[in-house]
Amino acid sequence: MTVNLSRKRPQCHSTADMEIDARRSVVLVGSPNVGKSVVFGNLTGMYVTVSNYPGTTVEITRGRLADDSRAVAITDTPGMYSLLSITEEERVARRVLMENRPDMVVHVADTKNIERMLHLTVQLLEAGMPLVLDLNLMDEAERLGMRVDTKVLKERLGIPVVATVATKGMGMDELKKMILKEDILPSGPPLRYPETIENAIADIAKNLDSSYGISKRAVALLLLQDDHEIWQMVRDREPERYALVDAIVKHARERFADPLNYIITIERQRFINTLIEDAMDNDQVKGIPFRERLSRLSMHPVAGVPIFLGIIYLLYEFVGVFGAQTAVDFLEETVFGQYINPVANRIVSSIIPWKVLQDLFVNEYGIITLGIRYAIAIILPIVTTFFIAFSIIEDTGYLPRLAMLIDRVFKKIGLNGRAVIPVVLGFGCDTMATMVTRTLETRRERVIATLLLALAIPCSAQMGVILALLSGSTKALGIFVMVMGTVFLFVGFLAARLMPGERPLFYMEVPPLRWPKLSNVLTKTYTRVEWYFKEVLPLFILASILIWAGRITGLFDLVIKVLSYPTGWIGLPPEASKAFLYGFFRRDFGAAGLYDLKTSGALSGVPLVVSIITIALFMPCIAQFSMTIKERGWKMAVGMAAFIFPFAFVVGYLVNLILNGLGVVL
Amino acid sequence: MRASDRAEEILEQLWILTKEQNKDSVTVEDLSIDRADPELNELAELRYIKLLGDRIELTSKGLKEAEAAIRRHRLAERLVMDVFDLKRSLMEEKACQFEHLLRKEVEESICTLLGHPKVCPHKRPIPPGKCCVKAMKHPKSIVSSLAEMEGGEKVAVAYLVTKDNRKLQKLMSMGILPGVKIDIIQTFPSYVFKIGHSVVAVDRAMAEDVFVRRLK
Repeated sequence: MTVNLSRKRPQCHSTADMEIDARRSVVLVGSPNVGKSVVFGNLTGMYVTVSNYPGTTVEITRGRLADDSRAVAITDTPGMYSLLSITEEERVARRVLMENRPDMVVHVADTKNIERMLHLTVQLLEAGMPLVLDLNLMDEAERLGMRVDTKVLKERLGIPVVATVATKGMGMDELKKMILKEDILPSGPPLRYPETIENAIADIAKNLDSSYGISKRAVALLLLQDDHEIWQMVRDREPERYALVDAIVKHARERFADPLNYIITIERQRFINTLIEDAMDNDQVKGIPFRERLSRLSMHPVAGVPIFLGIIYLLYEFVGVFGAQTAVDFLEETVFGQYINPVANRIVSSIIPWKVLQDLFVNEYGIITLGIRYAIAIILPIVTTFFIAFSIIEDTGYLPRLAMLIDRVFKKIGLNGRAVIPVVLGFGCDTMATMVTRTLETRRERVIATLLLALAIPCSAQMGVILALLSGSTKALGIFVMVMGTVFLFVGFLAARLMPGERPLFYMEVPPLRWPKLSNVLTKTYTRVEWYFKEVLPLFILASILIWAGRITGLFDLVIKVLSYPTGWIGLPPEASKAFLYGFFRRDFGAAGLYDLKTSGALSGVPLVVSIITIALFMPCIAQFSMTIKERGWKMAVGMAAFIFPFAFVVGYLVNLILNGLGVVL
Repeated sequence: MRASDRAEEILEQLWILTKEQNKDSVTVEDLSIDRADPELNELAELRYIKLLGDRIELTSKGLKEAEAAIRRHRLAERLVMDVFDLKRSLMEEKACQFEHLLRKEVEESICTLLGHPKVCPHKRPIPPGKCCVKAMKHPKSIVSSLAEMEGGEKVAVAYLVTKDNRKLQKLMSMGILPGVKIDIIQTFPSYVFKIGHSVVAVDRAMAEDVFVRRLK
């Protein structure tokens, strides 16, 4: 799942306070991964995170129509398959429709899956929305030999229909013209249900007094389909008629053996099938195209593994070697080591006479020489290369394939394949990944994923330093990967046992493999790096100040002394406790501290691996901790920290014991 | 010797009351029949029931017979629904006629034809027969769960198990609906199939609720 980087959370009333002054409002709706965000970008000229991954837009995005003469506000909504909501995204999207009273709703649909898409079209018509149907991704449909007659759809549904290829800008002018010119009157409901249901709809509609922002027919249908949120709404708004409505629904329900939801959906399907028969032609395309073959290989239980390993290897080469070594060395040693640091030291010492105050800005732990140097020289290249790689992987559509390959393993640790997104993202930035756990379905999954991210997924900043520390010893790297993997699975397994809850279900649409677009990858990387820096740079500076304050007050010496005990227990020299202390501020800070110890020769072999593992298990950083508080609450965040820090030392102790017992020499 | 149609229905009712609704004792009133009904005597003579005043009890022999009758009834409903595709309003009536025609041999082949369904259209469980137990080992019937299919097979959805609303809505939102054709790509580590022009991946728990008919 991609992250939408604005900080607003979907809320009941979030739509009202974001109001853009406009005379006309247009809302884009549609299922996930049909290109709504691209259409939005095309219409407004604004950038929304676009990726080849279902469910990119977690939140509502608003903009204004580009070269706008009529003051049109455009709203992009999270993906929804149906007005009947099951996911948080769908509920948010529906609220926009119910609360906004849009002048026009554009249903963006994936043409090649038109049969499935029309279900929402039907529901939007039933809801009385002034609707335009946008048949997007027309190029992919044509490549499959499909020909859609928009005229037939237009006539039978009674609404404007436009064919587009948003990524290439095709058809967008026509859509823009419609938005500017056409005043659309809602057309009537397209189909009639069996008599029993129609009667129930009429009876319910008669008994609804309050206004819901969608037609009473749609409210009645949602009640019959047992939508909890709508039931709650009716309970609140129709206190007197509620019992009557309830009785009508119960009566209708008893007349059928299957849930009404099933019956209603099947009726819609019947209507859509006859419509499609008239509106669509299919030329058979012979054979399986290359793209499809590649797609199948990537999902194959055997062939999928080398493909996965190949991707990991490329990722390592690009992020671990090019980003974390080549680029870091250049920035760290040449740019900072030879130019910035000496110059900063000289300038500061000539302006500020007091050594204590000098240390705040420069020297070993100063804001410039440590805080900013780490941020720019170490973190920037690593994080940037990681996000470039992640954006490419994301846009190709590989992540859902990985999700489906890994689902069985993730089930064992109480998650499902979908959690692969936050986990992979965690290797870039655990803070961002913690925010993305929001998209997981159950609370249990969100808690387990948050815990595992905090404990066993080292972020790219940290990985960079760790890889540099372990460079040269494949054996040490192997031990590190093995221990981290074991901890991830073991703790996940335990957490899943200890936390009762619904078994997660895995279901996911696998989008076609697509070539990533360079411009999209770059914009996305830029947005993410920007977000990262806004979150992280202040914390780096804060950490420098805290370290400075801690040192001059002597507080640090005390803590280091206390820490040297557990440090000693896991077989490490006392100097390592300093690195651990800094590791409390940021894991990579700590790892970088170890780096200095290694260069000075104080740490090597088994103790080095033990200390790396211990620090990698720490909570990543203050930012991640505060995000955990925000997403999971105080109690949970503190509880996790109380588990993680001692647990990290226990694992370090065990690893030390085992490696020494086996006589491993590194 | 077999019981009459009417007696069989009484047996079924008795079974539902004792087995599914866990009633401790059943009286003639619960069954809304008369104490003097000839069918009661018939059942007593067959040693299917014991009459203790107004209370009626199933004997172990009667229990077996009743379970078999329930099974036939619910299979008949499935047959009428899935194969004959009758309107629901007609289903009840036709199913009642069919159930009495289903004899042992026919019952097994119908059950196999239907893919050893586990629930009737009202979602009440169908007691498994010998053929169902056998079929667990060799699942090769015409209608069976998507979870039992293999990669490369082409199938059409016959019906969805509608017991779990959470699953049902998810399946339907991905376009998995009766009549829709599915190409199965693979079944491990997850079930991956093509539906229309999109590819969908689900786990076993989801696939189990989709019943499909093999094409070709």
